Amino acid sequence: MNQSTFLQILPFIILSAGIVVAILVEIFTTKGKALLPAFFSVLFLANSLLSLAQINVSSNLYQMLALGGKAAFFNFIFSIGALIAVMSSVNYVKKYGANFGEYYILLASSVLGMMLMAGALDLFVVFLGLEVMSINFYILAGINRKKKTANEASLKYFLLGAFATGFVVYGIGLIYGSAGNTNLNFIINNFTRLLKMPLFVIGLGLFFVGFSFKIAAFPFHMWVPDVYQGAATSVTGLMSTIGKAAAFSVLIFAISPVTFNGAEHIFRPYFATLAILSTLYASIVAIAQTNLKRMLAYSSIVHAGYMSIGLAAGNVYSVAGIIFYLAAYTFMNLGAFGVIAIVEDENDGKTDLKAFAGLHKKNPMLAGFMALFMFALAGIPPLAGFFGKYYVFVGAIKQNLLYLALVGITASLISVYFYLRVVVYMYFKDEEEDFEIKTDYPGMFAVLVSGIFVLIFGVFPSILMKLITSVLR
Amino acid sequence: MLENYIPIILVLVIAAIFAGAIIASSRIFGPKRPSKAKVMPYESGKNPIGAARQRFSVKYYLVAMLFIIFDIEVIYVYPWGVEFKNLLNSHGMFAFWPMFIFLVVLELGFLYIFKKGGLKWD
Repeated sequence: MNQSTFLQILPFIILSAGIVVAILVEIFTTKGKALLPAFFSVLFLANSLLSLAQINVSSNLYQMLALGGKAAFFNFIFSIGALIAVMSSVNYVKKYGANFGEYYILLASSVLGMMLMAGALDLFVVFLGLEVMSINFYILAGINRKKKTANEASLKYFLLGAFATGFVVYGIGLIYGSAGNTNLNFIINNFTRLLKMPLFVIGLGLFFVGFSFKIAAFPFHMWVPDVYQGAATSVTGLMSTIGKAAAFSVLIFAISPVTFNGAEHIFRPYFATLAILSTLYASIVAIAQTNLKRMLAYSSIVHAGYMSIGLAAGNVYSVAGIIFYLAAYTFMNLGAFGVIAIVEDENDGKTDLKAFAGLHKKNPMLAGFMALFMFALAGIPPLAGFFGKYYVFVGAIKQNLLYLALVGITASLISVYFYLRVVVYMYFKDEEEDFEIKTDYPGMFAVLVSGIFVLIFGVFPSILMKLITSVLR
Repeated sequence: MLENYIPIILVLVIAAIFAGAIIASSRIFGPKRPSKAKVMPYESGKNPIGAARQRFSVKYYLVAMLFIIFDIEVIYVYPWGVEFKNLLNSHGMFAFWPMFIFLVVLELGFLYIFKKGGLKWD
């Protein structure tokens, strides 16, 4: 191992060592846990800068872990996303009744799992990363074990997540059985030859089904509303954004032979069905939701559908579009959940539309940011969400999949209704419930950072797009 | 290659048919005179008291989970210990440090449980 490789695995080493140190702090001190958020914020910031610095150098670690390039770009997104999530957790977990040091340790461990997934060059590393991420999410969803909703969310997530993981493992088994190798580069280079084996196709299909659970696309979405509503708001923000981005990073890698080697895309009908069903179903059902967390859960299904359009197209434009979309979606959604986390009260209340009525009089800054995120999620032009959709749809049209782009546009027109309803409630309705919103500086900082990213990616999309096209080989 | 397994399948099939035939014949031809003592659940010749389903203290599960930590440790350390001399000759100290780090992380989990009172019985 030479020095540059060491520098490239430094983010992994920093995070793992940080988790070990945090566990020791949690064991031996009682007051040390107050330092953990600051400690992990610094670690994530360092990691994001390190990853950003290594984006143009790509190598690998013993053919197990890709370093630099696409993996470094995803690590950058994960680190910044985790930083925002930690910031919005600081005061939120206190009122949620989960102010444990373990909360931050589990959060950091889940990010470690995501980094393994994004950099995986071997099916075993994919599985390892998936499990490290998922198991931490199961616990985080039920971090306050005295709340019934949190218990329900945790158990539901665990049972369905474990079921999905079973699909992934079975798929990996069949892929290994037919390819004789678990190395992803080997599988990608022999993809056209392997596609002739029925067992390989079944294995890949099971692999895709397992990951469709993780990205929460339509036929596999049943757990999403309950889990997203029941879990702590900051945790929901974390798992709906960078957790989803991690699952997509694996899917993007899995369709890369179609993208770069010109292999036949036999899973196009699968992803196209997923895209059509998730976008149309979830955008219609979301209209009926009055709880904002539940509405954002359905909105996350819709967004998984848009990104599945990119997977169905499977060309370079759409893959770049998906990565752009993931980056944009991470900040829009983390910001929206950050606002909800600030408004929410001690008993899980104040997360419905009524609580947001007349928010602009009570807290104009918070209302302004919420409106920004809602506009971005709806895909109103000068914001990040619009360009994410634009690039994905352009990829679909270049692949002669006009009908998918049309379905996507229809769904985004429908979803404008329920996103803008929040804005209407905040600005054009009178206050219905009289309550005070406590000032939360770290939470506001998280919202501010997300807002800045949403604006930058929206006004100057070419900065991010250039970075993404440079990391795709 | 698969032909080698035919005798095994044959034995399985014959065993299933034979066992099925015995059970079925005793069910068809045997006399049926049930009494209270006969239909009672058999528990070492004693009269059963209460339901068989009982609630266990959650601590037993905790101990079972802690056992897994050491189980996994043994699974990895045993083959490594057997091959350690060969590994040392071929890889040098690289054979030692990964296992050392693995054990440190594992024992850290144990230390966490210990300090958090996971081993306290009451």
